[in-house]
Amino acid sequence: MASAQSGTLYRGREGMWSWVAHRISGMLIFLFLLVHVLDTALVRVSPEAYNEVIGHYKSVVFGLGEIGLVAAVLFHALNGLRIILVDFWSQGTRHQRALFWGVVAVWALLMIGFVPRHLMHMFGG
Amino acid sequence: MTAQSTTQIPDPSTRYRRTGQRGINTEMLSWLFMRVSGVLLVILVFGHLFVNLWLGEGVKGIDFAFVAGKWASPFWQVWDLLMLWLGLIHGGNGVRTIINDYARGSTMRLVLKGLLYFAVVLTIVLGTLVVFTFDPCPVGADPSLLPSICEG
Repeated sequence: MASAQSGTLYRGREGMWSWVAHRISGMLIFLFLLVHVLDTALVRVSPEAYNEVIGHYKSVVFGLGEIGLVAAVLFHALNGLRIILVDFWSQGTRHQRALFWGVVAVWALLMIGFVPRHLMHMFGG
Repeated sequence: MTAQSTTQIPDPSTRYRRTGQRGINTEMLSWLFMRVSGVLLVILVFGHLFVNLWLGEGVKGIDFAFVAGKWASPFWQVWDLLMLWLGLIHGGNGVRTIINDYARGSTMRLVLKGLLYFAVVLTIVLGTLVVFTFDPCPVGADPSLLPSICEG
């Protein structure tokens, strides 16, 4: 029975939060993709126009934004593979919670690899 | 007597059907497409990020000469073209699902989906034209901004 203490909010734990994060990261990546095709299309205008606009990607703010973008892409990709396992692997639904923590672990490993390298590219090293 | 009295009670041994539609239908194909394109996109996007953000100088190394050097090869043209089409259709289909879930009212849905499809088609057409009509060595451009293959 729901009470004021426990509340009536759905608490789906790992399954729910991975779904929420999958939506948010997907929406973010889609919006970036639209912008990214537009900025890349500037190669048809002139080398100067492309270099001018892509130069912004090397600024501090964008450099930090790229870390967020890569974080979103990596999570969406790994969690997408988890969804495929849940759908097609006979043991997938049983292990969906463990699979989620597997996604988090691999994501963290890849980020630990990427972030220092990206920061060295950005700030020289 | 009302119509209700003539309602047939289904055989209790029939299995419950989640939807009336069985077999191949568009929502099932959309579900399948998300999984197939998803696997391909993991390979394509990871390769893209590795080459553009990890190797060499990373993001600092990206300029016209870098892109032109890549697209001089049909390998990267096909790679990026596949990524463009699959990414936008996969992403567009995902946003379609989000609109279906949250937009109330048929007018709102129609407007949002109209905008979405317009943006997806426009971006796919633009990107495809760019990949196919791209000239790595444009006439009259500053030679210092061009890839090494343009020399001579």
